[in-house]
Amino acid sequence: MDYDLIVNILYATVRTGTPLILVALGELVCEKSGVLNLGQEGMMLMGAVIGFIAALETGNLWLGVTFAMTAGLLMSLLFGFISLNLSANQVATGLALTIFGAGLSAFVGSDYVGTPLEGIQPWHIPLLSDIPFVGRILFSHDPLVYLSFGLFVGVYLFLNRSHAGLALKAVGESPQSAKATGLPVFKIRYLAVMFGGAMAGLAGAYLSLAYTPLWAENMTAGRGWIALALVVFASWKAERVLLGAYLFGAFSIMHLVAQGLGFSVSPNLLAIMPYLATIVVLVMLSSDKARVKLYAPVSLGKPFHPAD
Amino acid sequence: MKQEKKSLAQRFAKAAGVALALFMSAQSVTAAEPVKVGFVYVGPTGDAGWTYSHDKARKYVEEQLGDKVKTTYVESVAEGADAERVIRQLAKSGNDLIFTTSFGYMNPTLKVAKQFPKVKFEHASGYKRAKNVGTYFDRIYEGRYLTGVIAGKMTKSNVIGYVGSFPIPEVVRGIDAFTQGLRSVNPKAVVKVVWVSSWYDPAKEREAAETLILQGADIINQHTDSPGPIQAAQAKGVYAFGYHSDMSLYGKDAHLTAATHNWGPVYLDKVKSVIDGNWTSTDFWGGLATGATALAPLNSAIPEDVVKLVEERKQAIIEGKLHPFQGPVKDQTGAIKVPAGQVMSDEDMLSLNWYVEGVEGELPK
Repeated sequence: MDYDLIVNILYATVRTGTPLILVALGELVCEKSGVLNLGQEGMMLMGAVIGFIAALETGNLWLGVTFAMTAGLLMSLLFGFISLNLSANQVATGLALTIFGAGLSAFVGSDYVGTPLEGIQPWHIPLLSDIPFVGRILFSHDPLVYLSFGLFVGVYLFLNRSHAGLALKAVGESPQSAKATGLPVFKIRYLAVMFGGAMAGLAGAYLSLAYTPLWAENMTAGRGWIALALVVFASWKAERVLLGAYLFGAFSIMHLVAQGLGFSVSPNLLAIMPYLATIVVLVMLSSDKARVKLYAPVSLGKPFHPAD
Repeated sequence: MKQEKKSLAQRFAKAAGVALALFMSAQSVTAAEPVKVGFVYVGPTGDAGWTYSHDKARKYVEEQLGDKVKTTYVESVAEGADAERVIRQLAKSGNDLIFTTSFGYMNPTLKVAKQFPKVKFEHASGYKRAKNVGTYFDRIYEGRYLTGVIAGKMTKSNVIGYVGSFPIPEVVRGIDAFTQGLRSVNPKAVVKVVWVSSWYDPAKEREAAETLILQGADIINQHTDSPGPIQAAQAKGVYAFGYHSDMSLYGKDAHLTAATHNWGPVYLDKVKSVIDGNWTSTDFWGGLATGATALAPLNSAIPEDVVKLVEERKQAIIEGKLHPFQGPVKDQTGAIKVPAGQVMSDEDMLSLNWYVEGVEGELPK
């Protein structure tokens, strides 16, 4: 393989991994607080459609991004109300949210299918994008990709280096003890759910405003589900979420490149490679079963009754 | 807010009006009843692709026949138990003719047709028929052959990229027909295929197109449903062909043309035959000659002599003087599959599972 090809594969890897990173980081924070929200796909779709409509109607792409995040956030509030206020089953509520989001986004966006939009353009960072190899791979993307880098650093520091992150994890491990120490369990969980929603909305906006600027029904094509799996296989660690998302992106690209190069492997087999490779690597990383158990938030998915 | 309320009130008024009209039409038996035609769609009508092309035809029929026809449609109907329920509902509510427009509706259509022998059914892209169930499809491969001719004349690198969905006969037939057209004017050109294992994933289709461009393709064709490949071509400054409907909105410089379905004349014909009382169950497979297949407007970047050539070839296909799969047709090894002077049969085309000469790589089984 020549130099250009490798650079381009890695460049495309970053782009393919970006929507997964955004939605998975949001879900990671949400799950760390002990709340399992399976509604990622629905929130992403709502973000994608609302972001697209807002950008088209106002002519401002960044307003579109803001609306997308708000849409994801509002969807997550719905989830929060049902699963946290009413203590409904989180799995069922999340699934319902996905179905609801898919249907609602199709309904809302029906007049916008097929409308063209000049999307968010790549922004070559001066100096940094001139660095050979790395410059092209990391610093000649659209601004949402850079935002994903920043959000990763932010989430990583929040979870591992901040008091607020510690409080969030405490709530995810044992809401009862957290409450006993005076932490506002309910409020923290709500904030975590909202963050997850906004991030899913942002991931949707990345697809409909930057990656392929258009709106079409179900255009997320299952990326919300992949992100959910990533969080589990990354054993709830931000750096592994990042690694997993890029790994998945890399293998998705390889699946296409290999065919172009004339490898005579079944495309169906190649198509499952990203899933397989990502799972295998992440499982190897967290092969110590006892430790994995420690990583999973203990109270994940269990409703918390403040009165308990 | 006020405006919103008003429009809601208007909607109610409209709905009430429709209900009243329905009631009245049920009451009056004297006037000539319009033929009632139902449509079942797999996607939303706003879709720029497959379902959009069918709904355009429904509107065309209404325009042409005026109050002689009354159409209803149900969109986004999943290919399963839902489909059967919807089809039955349409049959029950007095439709004389029902178009079911997706491959997965085949068995549900037949099942309902048995229970409603007086209702006529037309199923798109299927192969099972009954006394009151006909089938229809278009020869989109004829349009693809023409895009191949354009590609052969426009390529500089002699490598054409093709974004495929799944290696089924319908898609392979398109790749082969395209390659036949391509090689008929440019024997040096080759086609590289990348399968994305999905009918609809704009982001993945875009990546596939970019990968092909990276590997030397300067024209992209596709057999997937989204404009992702067009967007990629536009961004990279190469040419591309759309599919299903005109996709030039997504890249006006890149979009050379698109092989499109034009169901209008087909549907008009079927509805008319029901009105005239001479409908029979047939297997309709029409192409350029019947107008069922067409090309979107050609990009002005295409030189005039090429436009002329395409027009000539199109005319020859319409007149039956040219067939995309007329012998000698060679497979990848150079072995002759259709001898000179012969034309591939419809049956062979419908089960096509090998690449013609000029396609690179192995066809996955």
